[in-house]
Amino acid sequence: MAQEETFIRRLDEKEHEMAMTTENLKVFYGEKEALHSASLQFERYQITSLIGASGSGKSTFLRSLNRMNDTISTARVEGKILYRDLDINSNEIDVYEMRKHIGMVFQRPNPFSKSIYENITFALERHGVHDKKKLDEIVETTLKQASLWDQVKDDLNKSALALSGGQQQRLCIARAIAMKPDILLMDEPASALDPISTQNIEETMMNLKDNYTIIIVTHNMQQAARISDYTAFFHLGQVIEFNETRKIFTKPRVKLTDDYVSGHFG
Amino acid sequence: MKKAKTIDKIATGVIYVMATVIVLILASLLLYILGRGLQYVNWHFLTSKAESFSAGGGIGIQLFNSFFLLILSMIISIPIALGTAIYLSEYSSNGRIASLIRTSIEILSSLPSIVVGLFGFLIFVINFHIGFSILSGALTLTVFNLPLLIRSIEDALRSIPNSQREAGLALGLSKYETVIRVIIPDALPAIITGLILGAGRVFGEAAALIYTAGQSAPPVDFTNFNPMSITSPLNLMRPAETLAVHIWKVNSEGLIPDAVAVSAGASAVLILAVLLFNLASRYLGNFIYTKMTGNK
Repeated sequence: MAQEETFIRRLDEKEHEMAMTTENLKVFYGEKEALHSASLQFERYQITSLIGASGSGKSTFLRSLNRMNDTISTARVEGKILYRDLDINSNEIDVYEMRKHIGMVFQRPNPFSKSIYENITFALERHGVHDKKKLDEIVETTLKQASLWDQVKDDLNKSALALSGGQQQRLCIARAIAMKPDILLMDEPASALDPISTQNIEETMMNLKDNYTIIIVTHNMQQAARISDYTAFFHLGQVIEFNETRKIFTKPRVKLTDDYVSGHFG
Repeated sequence: MKKAKTIDKIATGVIYVMATVIVLILASLLLYILGRGLQYVNWHFLTSKAESFSAGGGIGIQLFNSFFLLILSMIISIPIALGTAIYLSEYSSNGRIASLIRTSIEILSSLPSIVVGLFGFLIFVINFHIGFSILSGALTLTVFNLPLLIRSIEDALRSIPNSQREAGLALGLSKYETVIRVIIPDALPAIITGLILGAGRVFGEAAALIYTAGQSAPPVDFTNFNPMSITSPLNLMRPAETLAVHIWKVNSEGLIPDAVAVSAGASAVLILAVLLFNLASRYLGNFIYTKMTGNK
């Protein structure tokens, strides 16, 4: 593997509060190294985009941040993922507890085949919230945060499967933030949606920024440029460049990044 | 172009004919059995006990035995099948153990039912000294039924998209909770359909029961609820000829003068019951699905 030229901006942790950092994170699928040693910092209450072509390792990287790669038996993750001074990539971590703090929204909307209301309350009840009043309140606030409340407030007992794709995805966002996570991981959350739904989701993310740290994988470079504060560019399993989004898109330091963001490949 | 069109038309026609043949076979079978047997089916026939030598006997005890045996074997086999299917679909990583289980299931499901019956005879009846009894029959039917149940439950679980598992895990649910609270409820309609279809097969099974549940139906007293008493219908250790075995028995070595009528009537009842199981599985599956998803 030829070492590509890279530029990874290091943020000064005295000036920037970090929500999460990775150190030499590597992911293997069987023998194949799908991600080569990624060391990135994610600033609190900021949106960080992970961009790159298909197969560049950005989704693999994202899915290791809440240990979703654990579900793939051949996957092996090496290196450190530091969150609140804990290495969550270690065996001692209670993965299920950790995932309450690091939520995830997937590429395809995946609401449970339950009612809209239950989609949000289901996991909360499993985690011990049973006060009906409190649940009602959480349903209302999270649906408002996900800009879905006005459309569904009279149909909360209807099946979530009856919603449109864009509405389902916003329900999934509401469901994720109902857990009050610190960090929200989003794996191409708008790629299966039409432009209007995409715009809605982007607005939702901008609203969430005040309270959540968001890390989003996206294929859509305009989207990355519009919403994110930092951007990491992945290429063939390697982080090529990490910097403020503005700089990535206006003055990239690495030629490969320049080629990608200006549309010469990918 | 013209040729392609002609071929298409012919192929479509052939497919229609084949489909029609299947329907015709089923319809003629049903009509024949029901047409021959329904005339003998009445309340007396369904409730009175079978006669050994004289005409006018019924199938009351056999009918009860069939249902009792069915329920008992389901109680034994459903938990085992559910556990195995969950393991295969959700926990095994398709390694050696899983493939060993799969191979065993395939072999088990390809065994002829008479072989399973003789196995049950040797193991349960003789070796474990259970004797010809409901219990022996139910255990044997479990062996017979398990492969079918495991496969249908596993298929039902596998048909739930992976994104549902990820949804549960990403919300901090444990794997076990995700399986129990998300995957199984989603798969429940298909699981129930599979269970009822399995029940239909078990209900009509004769060969596996001849040497296990026995070929005699001693009289039972339906007011006796003491399961330890030999005349109680709930007694697990009494020999219990089922409806399907009764049909076989009457036809092969029956001494009653109205054997033809009894076997025709019993066949009609048996096929009606199996038909009902199939219809119920469809209806119940759909009903539960709409109920659970709230889809209308």
